[in-house]
Amino acid sequence: MTEAIDATGLVKRFGQVTALDGLDLHVATGEVHGFLGPNGAGKTTTIRILLGLMRHNGGSVSLLGGNPWTEATALHRRLAYVPGDVTLWPTLTGGEVIDLLGRLRGGLDAKRKADLLERFQLDPRKKGRTYSKGNRQKVALIAALSSDVELLILDEPTSGLDPLMEEVFREVILEEKRRGDRTVLLSSHILAEVEALCDRLTIIRDGRTVETGTLTDLRHLTRTSIQAELAGPPDGLATLTGVHDFQLDHDRVRFDVDTEALEPALQKLVQVGVRSLVSQPPSLEELFLRQYQKADR
Amino acid sequence: MTGTGKLVRLILRRDRIVLPLWVVLLGLIPAGYVASFEGLFPTEAERVNYAQVSASNAGFVTLYGPLHGSSLGELVAWRAGFLPVLVALCALLTVIRHTRADEEAGRTELIGAAAVSRHAQLAAALITTCVAGVLLGAVLTAAMLGQGMPAMGSVAFGAEMALTGCAFAGVGAITAQLTSSARSARSIAVVALGVAFVLRVGGDVSALGNGSLSWLSWVSPLGWVQHLFPYGVNDWWPAVLTILFTIAAAGTAAVLLTRRDFGAGLLPARLGPASASFGSPFALAWHLHRGLLLGWTAGFALLGLIFGGVGGSVLDIASDNEGLSDIFARLGGSTALVDSYFAGTAGIVGLIAACYAVQATLRLRDEEQTGHAEAVLSTAVSRYTWAGTNLFFVLLGPAVVLTAEGLATGLAYPQGDLGAILAGTLVQLPAVWVLAALAVLAFGLIPRLSAVAWAPPALCLLILLVGQTLQLDQWFLDISPFTHVPHLPGGDATATPLIALTLLAALLTATGMAGLRRRNIPA
Repeated sequence: MTEAIDATGLVKRFGQVTALDGLDLHVATGEVHGFLGPNGAGKTTTIRILLGLMRHNGGSVSLLGGNPWTEATALHRRLAYVPGDVTLWPTLTGGEVIDLLGRLRGGLDAKRKADLLERFQLDPRKKGRTYSKGNRQKVALIAALSSDVELLILDEPTSGLDPLMEEVFREVILEEKRRGDRTVLLSSHILAEVEALCDRLTIIRDGRTVETGTLTDLRHLTRTSIQAELAGPPDGLATLTGVHDFQLDHDRVRFDVDTEALEPALQKLVQVGVRSLVSQPPSLEELFLRQYQKADR
Repeated sequence: MTGTGKLVRLILRRDRIVLPLWVVLLGLIPAGYVASFEGLFPTEAERVNYAQVSASNAGFVTLYGPLHGSSLGELVAWRAGFLPVLVALCALLTVIRHTRADEEAGRTELIGAAAVSRHAQLAAALITTCVAGVLLGAVLTAAMLGQGMPAMGSVAFGAEMALTGCAFAGVGAITAQLTSSARSARSIAVVALGVAFVLRVGGDVSALGNGSLSWLSWVSPLGWVQHLFPYGVNDWWPAVLTILFTIAAAGTAAVLLTRRDFGAGLLPARLGPASASFGSPFALAWHLHRGLLLGWTAGFALLGLIFGGVGGSVLDIASDNEGLSDIFARLGGSTALVDSYFAGTAGIVGLIAACYAVQATLRLRDEEQTGHAEAVLSTAVSRYTWAGTNLFFVLLGPAVVLTAEGLATGLAYPQGDLGAILAGTLVQLPAVWVLAALAVLAFGLIPRLSAVAWAPPALCLLILLVGQTLQLDQWFLDISPFTHVPHLPGGDATATPLIALTLLAALLTATGMAGLRRRNIPA
């Protein structure tokens, strides 16, 4: 599989501040890739380097097989970008901005634009200065999504959108994913969104890649929560390797268990006799927090 | 008015450098004139002679206003006649910066949600600006007293500047209510200042001739403050008029503020087209620059009509006054006088065109800071194309406005040679380009400090205003590219300086563009 984005050991310094410190980001063609990190981790800087707006000081980067700095214009015909903080020209209407950006990129699909305007419920006749943050975001999203491009780079695209519109956004991205030929780099804070949409994800912190892989890969690193009602006392369960935060209240137990220790723990429960069982898979939320805590230590 | 005091402190904190700078600098300029006039005209007789010639010179009256005496103080106060325009400009910009600009940026929302009354922000901006104006007046008075000038006149002189500041703070407050964008508010305010200047010039120059339009000076706040005539009659009632005007303007702004919604202007937002009829970098640049270009073209045409109209009076004065025509005959006849007048106005017009060029260049920086550049450059538009399409208007815009001014001057002065007048205006273009190119250089190499692009035009203005009066060294005058432009009509038309200035502009622009290609965006 070819790589749409291939960045290795990326370094970017602003004066004395090091924004990116050996960041790795690999996005395969056709996948939806989540790009996670706390504020100031370097997500936007990475994206700006990918767009040829900034030049990196070290490492190597290729975008759609080309050099993002020297071949910026040619590569930009093949991608669309939604910035995190969308500002519009105050005197141009939303519809005009969508058309303008589409044409500057090399053309857009009018039917697709009309369809997206309908689904995102945007009035394209309003002037840029009168739109709310969410509506400005919609303008940039529609402009990007109605272009027929290979790569979509979305920097926190749903910030400012209401939950209904977030849902519309997810549907649209899932449709793109089903087409199979579009690559999406989705930087986000909203973990449910990443969980619902992304094939693989990269977590960064302080300009470095902390973790990368599929959701399944990363879930190996996390624990499942178990609550059970038992027929008798669960002897030896509390001391089993991989079981954490064990609580016993009469016949009810609660504990977290590492993925590797799941099987022996369940066998123990079955030996005692299980009346009811609730298991919660690790959420990305948890994964996220644990990665950050790990990096803190 | 809850919270006004705290907001005044916020303004002082934000403007702690700029505000004292213009207050002190503008307040001290006239003191410099005292010594230079004493040096140039040490005797009473020489001053009388100079005053006589100057008082009837329409070019001087246009720039500095009417002159009715020959005492040292009156000459200095008259020579500082352009200062009120600068004070007014500073006052306008300060008020708009702390009202509409904050509101547009969303900061007012943050403040308005606190325990702050609706009018507090407007009141704080007005109070701070008016107090700054009064302080400027006080600095000026103190400096003049320090030069041993009469007390009453010095107070009146200070009051002239203080009142100008207050009156135009009021104008700024009104324009800040009209539209939802700070940029439009600034444009409207500067146009209002231009109209006030033009009315004053029209009235004053008419007073030199038959005086049929001399009432025009009395509908302009700039005319009122100049009729205080410091060190002369020290007339105080125009001051009362100005104070009443300031109160009325502030009151109007306060009423307009309650009549509109937060964030909105008085003019309702209208719906526009749902799709664009354009889609090229050039069309986008045209969209960004057309308002600026049309506004400046209209302003320049108006300026041309005034300067051309005044040209007729210059001719009349020369032929009416026997004593003066002797002097003019020695200078080369009345034609030479009219020629030098038009050559002089062409220099002023060129400098104003340079301000337009710098403003247009800095639109690129605006586009970068607002994030629009990022959106455009993430499409298949190269940096060169993006900047180049904008620079097309930066370079050709001044040509358009200068042509408009030259044609309008020729139209209003049919006795003259249109070709010569137009040539005198258009030769300024290479000098304008040099200042624009310096702005490109700043934008390309030191983007965060792009505002220094205003320093060269400010320096050229300073050289124009004080250069000859203070008899500064030629090397200092030579810093301004406008010094090297042929003085037409009347002077020698040499192409060498024009070619040299154009090449310099090209070199600076190319360097700036190369810097832009290599740097981070946004920087």
